[in-house]
Amino acid sequence: MADATYTRPFSERYSHWILLSPALLILFVAAFGPLFIVLIYSFLTAGDYGGVVWSFSTDAWFNVFAERDMFDDTLGFADAHLAIFWRSFRLAAVTTVVALIFGFPTAYFIATRPPKQRNLWMLLIMVPFWTNLLIRTFAIMELIRNEGVVNSLLMAMGVINEPIQMLYTDFAIMIGMLYVYLPLMVLPIYASLERFDFALVEAAYDLYANRLRVLWRVILPVTKPGIIAGSILVMIPALGAYVTPRVLGGGKRMMLGNLIELQFGQGRNWPLGAALSITLLAIVMIALMVYVRSAGREEVSHG
Amino acid sequence: MARSRSFDVRRQAGFPAVAITCFILLYLPIILLVVYSFNAGKSIAIWEGFSVQWYLSAWENEKVQDATIRSLIIATCASLIATSAAVMAALATTRSPKFKGHSVVFAMINQPLLIPEIVTAVALLIFFAMIKVATGYTGLWYLILAHSAFCIPFAYMPIRARLQGMDLTLEQAAADLYGTPLRVFRKVTLPLLWPGILAGAMLAFVISLDDVVITEFVKAAGQDTLPTYMLGQLRRSVTPEVNAISTVLLAISVTMVVIYFILSQRKN
Repeated sequence: MADATYTRPFSERYSHWILLSPALLILFVAAFGPLFIVLIYSFLTAGDYGGVVWSFSTDAWFNVFAERDMFDDTLGFADAHLAIFWRSFRLAAVTTVVALIFGFPTAYFIATRPPKQRNLWMLLIMVPFWTNLLIRTFAIMELIRNEGVVNSLLMAMGVINEPIQMLYTDFAIMIGMLYVYLPLMVLPIYASLERFDFALVEAAYDLYANRLRVLWRVILPVTKPGIIAGSILVMIPALGAYVTPRVLGGGKRMMLGNLIELQFGQGRNWPLGAALSITLLAIVMIALMVYVRSAGREEVSHG
Repeated sequence: MARSRSFDVRRQAGFPAVAITCFILLYLPIILLVVYSFNAGKSIAIWEGFSVQWYLSAWENEKVQDATIRSLIIATCASLIATSAAVMAALATTRSPKFKGHSVVFAMINQPLLIPEIVTAVALLIFFAMIKVATGYTGLWYLILAHSAFCIPFAYMPIRARLQGMDLTLEQAAADLYGTPLRVFRKVTLPLLWPGILAGAMLAFVISLDDVVITEFVKAAGQDTLPTYMLGQLRRSVTPEVNAISTVLLAISVTMVVIYFILSQRKN
């Protein structure tokens, strides 16, 4: 079609860059670019009333993991910070696992409905997901607080005499995160299962497998990419959760997000907040790279 | 294939029960929230009769009015900006052959989905603080810009999906008839793309309306949106007024999502 010596005009050759420029510009200014400033800030000194003093310092990075005792100047681990790191990992991991336990059967159920129904079921799963995160967290708070529905019901039925303290515990945070992120686990697993040809399952039954073996050796390996994707989709926001621990954990049970926020509020240590943010970002990037690697390997092994 | 046996190969023990339980548990807290917004009493757990008093008091609450207007302004502006940028970006990434760096571009467009919101929030807080010191401007445009940025991937997805599903031969025929790419776009691509654009705009609107974390960090004192107002309220005494506001927001979100769903189901 094209003449060999035909060269397209400049505007046509780079038209896609021109079209992309508004989006990329907005994203660079208000999403991507400021991250570099955060990195720079993590190497500055904290100002007395918040903000920074423009002098180089590695104090912030030091304080992420370690601290110097005020009285005898000994070096030690920043226990408070490490406890928060640990809580974040723990809660994010537990949430992911529980989400998998609940999410896999749910995705399986939807995928095995008649094709016409499936979109409707998926809509049902996704509608809560698109509602406000704060509202969903608040709804959970209503349920589990001491004067809330669950406790009132249990007391009215005479099962307990005093309200069970569920709010402001690690359990509350986990329930909240599970409630918020469950659809994210269901979606990729459903996508995997929908493409799955159940004739393979029939063949397995013909070979005298029982239901458990069919599940373990046929269905699960095929849905592994979906499971990994779902786990990443739950784990990453859970690690950086802010609203849910703030509302359901009270002030005392902080996760990484709350610790970061503290530095920009009462903590008045912007460089430390910046360093913590970069740390969180690094963890997320590593998790994403692990996912991309494993997804790539999957394709190779099934080739 | 004839299903002569009653043994369904796809049935797994217990799965439907778990699934149905999940659905119930997913909707139960929200339903309770909505129900208690009509509570005649002040408590959010003890039912005392039906009343719409909380809706009325929220309606008359000046801070709520202020926050609502601000939320709507930001959401509308951000949705318009994000959708426009997303349309162009979608055209660029689906109509051209794979250009160099296209996967980097793809990652950049979807970046708000990949990075935890709090990291972006902190970055914008710092960056805008610098600009505030330099220019003294403290208006709404920080928030609008921030919202536009994270709305772009949400507007981009349905538009791109629609573009990829469109029949290219129509555009090629139009190119033969109409000539310039701009006319082809106006006369052929745009009308066909319209449901996707609308879906993207609505999704962006909902996402902006619902945002809590980035707004909380970027806003100046007194610049509350509806979600940040509610977040503040949750720290103090909680009355069913929060339920009422939540129910209204829920209604908006659900309506938009359902319309979006219908729009994205329609074929040409």
